[in-house]
Amino acid sequence: MAEAVRLLAELAPHDGRILAGGQSLVPIMAFRLARPAHLIDINTVAGLDVLTVRDEVLHIGARVRHAAFHRLVQDGTLGAMLAAVVRHIAHYPIRFRGTFCGSLAHADPAAEWCLVAVTLDAKLIARSARGKRRFAARDFFQGAMATALAPDELLAETRLAILPADTRFGFEEFSRRAGDYALAMALAVLRIEGGVIAAPRIGVGGAEAMPRRIEAAEAAVSGRRPGESVFREAAAAAAAAIDPIEDAQTNAQYRRELVGAMVYRALTQACMPDGRSRA
Amino acid sequence: MSELANVTLVINGQTYTLQLEPRRTLVDVIREECGLTGTHAGCEHGVCGACTVLLDGDPVRACLMFAVQAQGSAIRTVEGLADGETLHPLQRAFMAHHGLQCGFCTPGFLMLATGVLEREPDISDELLLEVLASNLCRCTGYQGIVAAVRAAAAELRRAEA
Repeated sequence: MAEAVRLLAELAPHDGRILAGGQSLVPIMAFRLARPAHLIDINTVAGLDVLTVRDEVLHIGARVRHAAFHRLVQDGTLGAMLAAVVRHIAHYPIRFRGTFCGSLAHADPAAEWCLVAVTLDAKLIARSARGKRRFAARDFFQGAMATALAPDELLAETRLAILPADTRFGFEEFSRRAGDYALAMALAVLRIEGGVIAAPRIGVGGAEAMPRRIEAAEAAVSGRRPGESVFREAAAAAAAAIDPIEDAQTNAQYRRELVGAMVYRALTQACMPDGRSRA
Repeated sequence: MSELANVTLVINGQTYTLQLEPRRTLVDVIREECGLTGTHAGCEHGVCGACTVLLDGDPVRACLMFAVQAQGSAIRTVEGLADGETLHPLQRAFMAHHGLQCGFCTPGFLMLATGVLEREPDISDELLLEVLASNLCRCTGYQGIVAAVRAAAAELRRAEA
């Protein structure tokens, strides 16, 4: 690790970059959209493969691959949620190389792990030759493919708090084909206490430059009895709140409607009687 | 030009000692330096899956790795599937179920299927479909590929039992 951050400090000013799973960086290099002068491969750096629960927190090291989440890494809602989300990430072979932290550092607007990180208020640990910096996920993402990381910093670890046992979740994503980039996705995480929705978190990704929690949608369901009309209010609030990405095939209105549909479905899943999404 | 790196690769149990530019991808080195042209280079940016090989048992895109990164790992390619003249059950199933027409994507599908069936011999049909969606075939319409992999999975399970 010391060698990796020392090399990064030395090479970052000369267009040096970290290579983790390489499932985003290498295709970009194949298109010659990125031509880094130096790559610092962290795939053999000791200690970065940590994937453990300590003091009610899941620690995910920089070279933990997506495929690690195919099995339940935690016996609770968090593990189940990560296992449900991972099935939407690219394709099977890509998941054996691409990494959780690499996905965050790349900060693609359509990245599922970035949505998970902001919705669950992940803590991110960056390392450099200068020392260690901690970020809250909401401060880490600064735009499409833009993060708070300095060029000489590497994202060494992500920490996710274990969710209370009665937490429920729903995750929905829309993409044109299985494995394609999400055009919109929503993650709803909540509890039901005394018949009403408590502590709701509703995150939206793929539709804006970066994923974020939508407070207006959370307010629409908080303290309310779960039901179709409440979910529709939250969906409408989310659709109105976003500043949609537009591209050649999708205009803003289309993405707003998709976001509404994703939020509605994610809430419906989260509030299903058994409390588990269909994985 | 980068300096050459000394790289030792172990492919299908055979050791290859090479001098390579670090920028060379694994698929190019398997084909051009090791002469194992069964692994195909298709899109060369990770989408088509024609270059899928097994790296310590994991199916990976050989176009999205640099050869220097595969040092110390056991690499398996389509050439390593058959046992002498005896084809692997997946290879036989692809023939029996019309799992190929032009054959360009076949090595990638065979290694993808080998990787998943070795890891998860009891994989559900639904999950198997998701996994097979990882690779592209422009001839078959996938039905023959799916039928072949399902048949091979059943045969491999019987052999285990």
